[in-house]
Amino acid sequence: MEKRRLIYLDNNATTPCDPRVVDTMVPYFYEKHGNAASRSHQFGWEAEDAVDYAREQIAKLLNVEDKEVIFTSGATESNNLALKGVFEMYAKKGNHIITAETEHKAILDTCKHLEKAGAEVTYLKVQEDGLVNLADLEAAIKPTTILVSLMWANNETGVIQPMREIAQICEKHGVLFHSDATQAVGKIKTHPRETGVHLMSFTAHKMYGPKGVGGLYVSRKNPRVKVTAQMDGGGHERGMRSGTLNVPGIVGFGKAAEIAMNEMEQDTARLSKLRDRLQHELTQMPETKVNGNEESRMPHVTNISFKHVEGEGLMMTFNQNIAVSSGSACTSASLEPSYVLVGMGLGDDLAHSSIRFSLGRFTTDEDVDQAIELVRNGVNHMRELSPIWEMYLDGVDLTKIEWSAH
Amino acid sequence: MAYSEKVLEHFKNPRNVGTLNKEAKNVGTGLVGAPECGDVMRLQIEVDEESGMIRDAKFKTFGCGSAIASSSLATEWLKGKSLDEAAAIDNMDIVEELALPPVKIHCSVLAEDAIKAAIEDYRQKNGITADKQEHATA
Repeated sequence: MEKRRLIYLDNNATTPCDPRVVDTMVPYFYEKHGNAASRSHQFGWEAEDAVDYAREQIAKLLNVEDKEVIFTSGATESNNLALKGVFEMYAKKGNHIITAETEHKAILDTCKHLEKAGAEVTYLKVQEDGLVNLADLEAAIKPTTILVSLMWANNETGVIQPMREIAQICEKHGVLFHSDATQAVGKIKTHPRETGVHLMSFTAHKMYGPKGVGGLYVSRKNPRVKVTAQMDGGGHERGMRSGTLNVPGIVGFGKAAEIAMNEMEQDTARLSKLRDRLQHELTQMPETKVNGNEESRMPHVTNISFKHVEGEGLMMTFNQNIAVSSGSACTSASLEPSYVLVGMGLGDDLAHSSIRFSLGRFTTDEDVDQAIELVRNGVNHMRELSPIWEMYLDGVDLTKIEWSAH
Repeated sequence: MAYSEKVLEHFKNPRNVGTLNKEAKNVGTGLVGAPECGDVMRLQIEVDEESGMIRDAKFKTFGCGSAIASSSLATEWLKGKSLDEAAAIDNMDIVEELALPPVKIHCSVLAEDAIKAAIEDYRQKNGITADKQEHATA
């Protein structure tokens, strides 16, 4: 294979840092290296100012108050803090939490942890298009329900939940609403206050900022929400999250938020066009399926199953040229296909055949052209190798075969 | 996870991809695995009826790179072997040859199963009861 630039279409895993972000961060490693909690000298003041400014930049992007933004190490920590913090803080009110089967592991595993600590958790099934059924949600709420946690946009499919409608149901029943908005913040409008979201997790490295810094929005009025700290120490971040602030990371996060705010519209317009072209060209191939609701979806994501081809093998045909992810977790020890796709009612066979393409700010027209060509070639190659593709062409009903499951 | 050179080589240039006439009396077909598990292997052998040796072998596999490499390697090894020799191929030989990591050992197991299934199919078609020599090591 000839050497080409490796095309990165895995921006839902992480985004590259925007150079403007890195430039802003650099001084905070060197001459402005102070601890934001040092109150007695110039270095500390400078660092504190920088953190305050970044908090403002992020608050603007979210259209919330500065003080409602708590810095963490990333979205996983934010999710842990939100769920565990609410569970502990509102223990007197109840112990019931509602979430969905297709949430990120940072939510699901935290819920499992809380179940051991006495929580009752309802894991809602989602519809075939990946959306939560609002009637199911409302029916699941009971007097002991303290929190609903549903993601803004799904990491594997890009499907966007009906946030406003969910929030209205939560409001009606006086239940707190947390959202893991990791995949949405900085890419689409995510204004928790107007939407009715009371806690919201997000992270810098999915929006062209650095890894290792994230945030949790915690509503300060109507309602005033409090979470019990999960990290004890110096009482940073209004006592909700102790630990010396990652000043360079936070500065970069702020800059990333500012850029996202200014460029969201143009990025969205450009990426949705590119994504649509990629999806259109690839689904021209026979026996393909787009997974998830296409109307309510992030502009830069498409998740496609190429029937009768196994995802990991397919990726191997082009992974020297394109970086993507597959719902066939053949590389992981579990060998289980994507629980998100299976949760949407997709058969294991189709889940094993799926590829997630997630574009980003630095994806070019040429990248998409090349990806189309390489993926098409890969699918054709793998289908030539595939016994079940041959059976399909011969008109064999694959559901009638007695497979020797192993 | 990085693949070994040998896996990559078989993956890029798979040997003996194709289909033999499964209705033919001297062809044995083994189809193992399931689409739901992410692996399906079909391995076929064509036996020279005079010598009893495997004259040709073909495969098609739905699966990851290691599954494809395992079946490709298996077809290479099968050619020129007697049925008993073929039945003696052990999955660990494949693991060793392809330097498969532990999470991919099931691919080699599947290849061994496919070989045994193809031999069994041939024997059944031809009314040969397998001589009860036990080759299985596991």
